[in-house]
Amino acid sequence: MAAEYQNIFTSVQVRSPVHLGVPMGPSSWVRQGKPFFAYWAGKIGDAQIGPFYLGFLGLASIVCGVIAIEIIGLNMWASVNWDPVQFVRQLPWLALEPPPPEYGLRIPPLNKGGWWLIAGFFLTASILLWWLRTYRRARALGLGTHVAWAFASAIWLYLVLGFIRPLLMGSWSEAVPFGIFPHLDWTAAFSIRYGNLFYNPFHALSIAFLYGSTMLFAMHGATILAVSRFAGERELEQITDRGTASERAALFWRWTMGFNATMESIHRWAWWFAVLTPLTGGIGILLTGTVVDNWYLWAVKHGVAPPIPDVFPPVVDPATLPGAPQ
Amino acid sequence: MNANTSRLAAAAGVAAALLLAGCERPPMESTQQGFRGTGMVDIQNPRILAARAAANVAPAPTPPAEPGSPPATSVYKNVQVLTDLSVNDFNRLMVAITTWVAPPDKACLYCHVEGKDLSEDNLYTKVVARRMLQMTRHINADWKKHVADTGVTCYTCHRGQAVPANYWTADPGPRTTRGLAGSRAGQNAAAQSVALASLPYDPFSPFLGGAQQIRVLAPQALPNGHEASIQQTEATYGLMMHISQALGENCTFCHNSRSFASWEGPPTRATAWYGIRMVRDLNAHYLEPLGKTYPAERLGPLGDAPKANCATCHQGMHKPLGGANMLKDYPALAAVGKVAVAAPVPEPVVVGEMVVVYFGVGSAALHDAAPKTLTTIVAKLKADPRAKATVSGYHSATGDAAANQELAKNRAVAVRDALKVAGIAEERVVLVKPIAVQANVAGEDPQARRVEVTVK
Repeated sequence: MAAEYQNIFTSVQVRSPVHLGVPMGPSSWVRQGKPFFAYWAGKIGDAQIGPFYLGFLGLASIVCGVIAIEIIGLNMWASVNWDPVQFVRQLPWLALEPPPPEYGLRIPPLNKGGWWLIAGFFLTASILLWWLRTYRRARALGLGTHVAWAFASAIWLYLVLGFIRPLLMGSWSEAVPFGIFPHLDWTAAFSIRYGNLFYNPFHALSIAFLYGSTMLFAMHGATILAVSRFAGERELEQITDRGTASERAALFWRWTMGFNATMESIHRWAWWFAVLTPLTGGIGILLTGTVVDNWYLWAVKHGVAPPIPDVFPPVVDPATLPGAPQ
Repeated sequence: MNANTSRLAAAAGVAAALLLAGCERPPMESTQQGFRGTGMVDIQNPRILAARAAANVAPAPTPPAEPGSPPATSVYKNVQVLTDLSVNDFNRLMVAITTWVAPPDKACLYCHVEGKDLSEDNLYTKVVARRMLQMTRHINADWKKHVADTGVTCYTCHRGQAVPANYWTADPGPRTTRGLAGSRAGQNAAAQSVALASLPYDPFSPFLGGAQQIRVLAPQALPNGHEASIQQTEATYGLMMHISQALGENCTFCHNSRSFASWEGPPTRATAWYGIRMVRDLNAHYLEPLGKTYPAERLGPLGDAPKANCATCHQGMHKPLGGANMLKDYPALAAVGKVAVAAPVPEPVVVGEMVVVYFGVGSAALHDAAPKTLTTIVAKLKADPRAKATVSGYHSATGDAAANQELAKNRAVAVRDALKVAGIAEERVVLVKPIAVQANVAGEDPQARRVEVTVK
């Protein structure tokens, strides 16, 4: 029988009178709804649901988001001739595509990327309004704005992919379609067109930070769970008043890898790794096609891609031979 | 374990089974093809390979015809294609074609009408069959760079069916609503043609019906006016998915894993390159023009004739019918005696830092233009007294292995002598035996008979 602390779910649910939140300054909106407890929500997070703060930014963001998703979804549904069964069946393949290359940055007809531009506008508006909301809510609660800036890093990558890079390339057609498989095929085609993103150093950095983030997350989560029997989950108190949980966790990592983070620094590690993932990724995308057209050849030119021995016999490109067929 | 936990475990088991339902059962067989660590690996499922091999078996040849019969043209009227055959060979081929192509309940009557003279062209099937015989001879004679000496017969595509299992016609796409929304933009349809990807669903019309540029990668590192859109790339990607599916192979069967555009990879890519050109030629000159001959029910939804793609012959194998050479048993389809025109030896070329000198079949005689092309090598050697020239000789796949080794060496010596004539001391020319000599997959490839010279 597994011990109580070895559980895939949160095992402790605190039930007290509902907490209505800290007092707020003067505002035209108030927190709404009667709070209640949900047992299953308590298994993965806090059991208390509500009260909610909608606010003007939240409302505007949701309205814009709903418009964007409606445009995308209705276009997908129209593309299967309004057949509800086919809509569900083919959903992963369906998409709203950006304008074809011949339109450049001009406004195309609605059914040739016009809907994509409108959906993109509303989705971007929704995301930016939500960003402002995270910033303003953090300030209203007297918090730092770390969440907002981490979110801004993800928005940077989103804007590079769908807006900044297409502007620099002079064509909306360079942007990503809205669709499940289509955006993955777009990603593969993007790498193929620009000579293998594997050789893009910012792409490499982004992957290093992405994998690093997952590893740090696992290391930290495991460490805290492992010392929770010594009250290790009271991390913030242990930043300044290092107790036995902190000492044991630190000792564990010093023994196993010779170095340890602290209760404070581990969160800075995690924040920077997470933020740098889309930040470096966005730089890599921004450089692709604008300043580098073929990453493999770029890597060969700068000694990044090493020469490898000829295993295969030399093959001459048949298209370069005299009298080659079309 | 309490009841809750076991219910949870059962649910997890069902979910895992559902997730894995689309996967193939391990183990797979992987074979290293290229340099270590570059992912140049051929991965195959041996069970699927076995099933595929069993489904792609060439039929046993019929016994050869009795020799000494008169020409077919003296017995039959209106013989337009197989004019060089004796009547016995002609009849043997007609019987073979009947088993390869005609539905068993129709047999001869699939092309000939009962009670009418055999020479009459009453049925469209006979007109098409005649054109297909011309096409088969054309492939075997003029597209050896793709089909080598293995060649093709009617059976390569037909496999006992009147209409080959794999063909294409222009695809109008799935039905969408008419109006201001719902454009598929030619893709996102889970199409079989592109192995169920969301890539453009008709890769055939532009690339195999027409001759649209397939290459999309920039030829230099930095932007310099090369324009290929993501949409063009997706179309090319769709065509490559078709080829991969038709041949039952991964990308690295033909391509360098570091760069799809680089020719530093398997020689199969050149074979495939000629294959694409061959299919374009066949579609434009043989298959599409038959659209006027076919009845309406044979045409595609947009009224065009059924045409060939890679799957038409390959049917899931990188060599159709596992590379079985049916043509040797039916030489009538190879148009014997009309093909034996020796191709001229290609001019020597400069490929990057390397000079490649080509040779004739079985010959070590230097091409007339070789000394002139070698001047770039000579200049480099004279500029740097410490530099040495590396010379490697190659041969084609036909003929005796030991004799070929000797021939490759003699070719290298011929080039070394040419460098000596140009004033380079013999000790500065190093003869290097190549690591791999499988350049030539099959038959007599002019690209294989060569010597490579570099300065190191």
